[in-house]
Amino acid sequence: MNRLSVGRRIASNICGVRSVHRTLCSITGVKNPDLVSEKEPFDKPGLTDDIPQYDIAIVGGGMVGMALACSLATMPLTKQLSVAIIDSNPALVNNFHIKKEDPPDPRVSTVTPATISFFKDMGAWEFVQQHRHAYFDKMQVWDYTGLGYTRYNARDVDADVLGCVVENKVLHKSLLSCVQNTDFQKTIYSSRLSAVTFPTRSSVTSSSGTSSSASGSSARLELDNGNSMYAKLVVGADGSKSSVRELARIQTTGWKYSQSAIICTVEHAVENFCAWQRFLPNGPIALLPIGENFSNIVWSMDPKESVDRNSMSEDDFVNAVNDALDSGYGPHPQSKSFEGGNIFSWLKPDGISTHEGFEVPPKVLKLASQRLAFPLSLMHANSYASKRLVLIGDAAHTVHPLAGQGVNMGFADACSLSKVIAEGVAVGSDIGEVTLLKRYESERKAANITMMAILDGFQKAYSIDFMPINVLRALAFNGAQYISPLKRKIISYASGNQLLPLFT
Amino acid sequence: MNFVPMTQFRPNFMNAATHNFHVTQHKFSVSDSLHVFTIFSSGMASKLLHNRLRSLCRVSQLSNIRYSNSIFSTSQNHAQCRFYSEASQQTPLNPPPPPSPNNTSNTTSSTSSLNEFELAKFSSIAETWWDAEGPFKPLHLMNPTRLAFIRFTLCRHFRKDPNCTRPFEGLKFIDVGCGGGILSEPLARMGATVTGVDAVDKNIKIARLHADLDPQTSSIEYRCTTAESLVEEQRQFDAVIALEVIEHVADPAEFCKSLSALTIPGGATVISTINRSMRAYATAIVAAEYILHWLPRGTHQWSSFLTPEELVLILQQASITVQELAGFVYNPLTGRWSLSDDISVNFIAFGTKPGNRDETLD
Repeated sequence: MNRLSVGRRIASNICGVRSVHRTLCSITGVKNPDLVSEKEPFDKPGLTDDIPQYDIAIVGGGMVGMALACSLATMPLTKQLSVAIIDSNPALVNNFHIKKEDPPDPRVSTVTPATISFFKDMGAWEFVQQHRHAYFDKMQVWDYTGLGYTRYNARDVDADVLGCVVENKVLHKSLLSCVQNTDFQKTIYSSRLSAVTFPTRSSVTSSSGTSSSASGSSARLELDNGNSMYAKLVVGADGSKSSVRELARIQTTGWKYSQSAIICTVEHAVENFCAWQRFLPNGPIALLPIGENFSNIVWSMDPKESVDRNSMSEDDFVNAVNDALDSGYGPHPQSKSFEGGNIFSWLKPDGISTHEGFEVPPKVLKLASQRLAFPLSLMHANSYASKRLVLIGDAAHTVHPLAGQGVNMGFADACSLSKVIAEGVAVGSDIGEVTLLKRYESERKAANITMMAILDGFQKAYSIDFMPINVLRALAFNGAQYISPLKRKIISYASGNQLLPLFT
Repeated sequence: MNFVPMTQFRPNFMNAATHNFHVTQHKFSVSDSLHVFTIFSSGMASKLLHNRLRSLCRVSQLSNIRYSNSIFSTSQNHAQCRFYSEASQQTPLNPPPPPSPNNTSNTTSSTSSLNEFELAKFSSIAETWWDAEGPFKPLHLMNPTRLAFIRFTLCRHFRKDPNCTRPFEGLKFIDVGCGGGILSEPLARMGATVTGVDAVDKNIKIARLHADLDPQTSSIEYRCTTAESLVEEQRQFDAVIALEVIEHVADPAEFCKSLSALTIPGGATVISTINRSMRAYATAIVAAEYILHWLPRGTHQWSSFLTPEELVLILQQASITVQELAGFVYNPLTGRWSLSDDISVNFIAFGTKPGNRDETLD
């Protein structure tokens, strides 16, 4: 048994060296691993000389970050993990309630049926239903050339809704209160991340006192307010300008669109139940119902025009919007009828929406909120996962808002990552291990890249005013409108029920 | 050199680089080579052996030890230790087989002279065991699948809640042939009190270093010993797990008897190995060793594989009833292993020892 005693002496020697360092170093020393009680309960964040150790550190407590926390909190295998949420947004810590009389916030998102079922599984959808939200079951898409239009109806795919439009702050608060209602151990740090160090090979031989063996393989995070922590897995959910991604030096691919978007809330005389989108020469304008008589406008345009339209008076802006939605830039498309030998009659289109004629969107009466403008770009991180780090949501990918898919891709990322983490916990693996995280990456990367390619294709196709391309677009509109199997596939893919457009 | 009975000699572990440290401290003699040659002078074994002997002669001139490539698969090290452990047990004063023969800290006195160099050396090799993209990648890829089977069968056997994160809390497991601890650590995270044994001391050191990095796994007990000596110590465990070991053991029947003796009545035994089928020859030997280079050549010997029927039979003779058999299949398109009913290549067996656990609980 000499080898055993040798082994034990190696361990005690390491500890001996470290305890010397403990007295010398002014920064936090290291914990003697032999003194760790072997029966220490691991369900609370351990302490390594005042530096807390967490299982997961979610950097960024926005909608996608909170969705991940909520999903982990509601699954039996992961609800005992200790999580730190790092976000300087005061909304996470102060407990203000959203009142129904609050004016509608222009920052809204369209959630697809797949996301709605994700929320329902977590138990976070009832809160949304108690606040302002708007289901819509119809959608109309056309462009300025007037050569074609497409109407979608939820009943084409035997569904009740095509989606729901909810204010971002409602979604966020819903997820936050869902997490707070469970006994999930989360700690919210109201600060920004200043530095993150990932363990390298050399940290394994730590006998220099800079990292303790108990956390020698964890990532170390430092915050602006001086707090530090160790985490086995760092999740970057901090948006398109992710600091985690920059600190981890993950490269991205992408380009800026020469477009900016203006968003605002407007009011109508009647309630709006349909989502409208018209592609104009410089970018699409979308009118989305958000409940009561309000709608949300997302208008993409040239950066110069966006500056002008942001600063023009409210009345002028309302006129411009009405013009853009109605007959500005081009004529209305013709509704096709099917009596008497029409060229499309051989298709025998079925479905409710194919028989619906073209409708003009409801007139906008006045602005109900301030206008916000932001530039648009496409971005995709080259890798979503590396050792002890994973990116979700906008930190991993940003898209054009033209199909309302951006945050839905983020929610799908959060759902997939929480499932992968649960699988890892089930077989006792280290959740920060690269092989586990790469499974998340391979699942989501293919789906995200496909969606981004399609959206980018749309954006490029609709920004060219060239007669042959216009005719192609018109064919596409008419094809989608009258070829019912194609329409069903489009609705199913855009609702998030299909991950890839063709082979599922 | 101590006498080693011929029946225990298994030359299927030899490989140029691993010979580096074995040759220098063991002085492989010509008589050994003859032994090898006479036993395996026929069939495919001899062809492999020829290569080994040739590389052996080349290597014996080498005195450098290259650390970074000196770690190969678990099976390899197990086989080495099967041979050398018998030798070393008879002469406990032999220095442990570390990578460097020179400055080993022998036994009791010189531990205070352990220095950064030693630690750095162990740690530099330690990373290869645990480097998921390194030489042990196939094992890391297969690990979650093996663990899924173990979790499912053992939770059912011990009547634990499978949705619990630490279902094996309070149970004592032993991982025979633990290598670097790739299986022991997840078992410890699932709550079990794990003892890992391996006859190669280097593996134990690596496993210890890595397990100490995470508080959840630092309680694993690693011992450089064999199953037989633990039987002599009369240790017993709720579950005995020996994955990818039995194909490297000299006498599988005796090995199973030892495993059975280590299991308490009413406990569980899990063994995984490779089937002795044509398909396994094509996949595990030709494809894995010669074409894809997943394993070093000579890691496995087809003649020492066991068919599921044989394994069930020898376990039955060791009074363990096999309750469930499952296979692992690899999907080359997704690069993932999965559990299936196909036991023609890799398979895993879950067996139980008759008796009532409650009577034997302390």
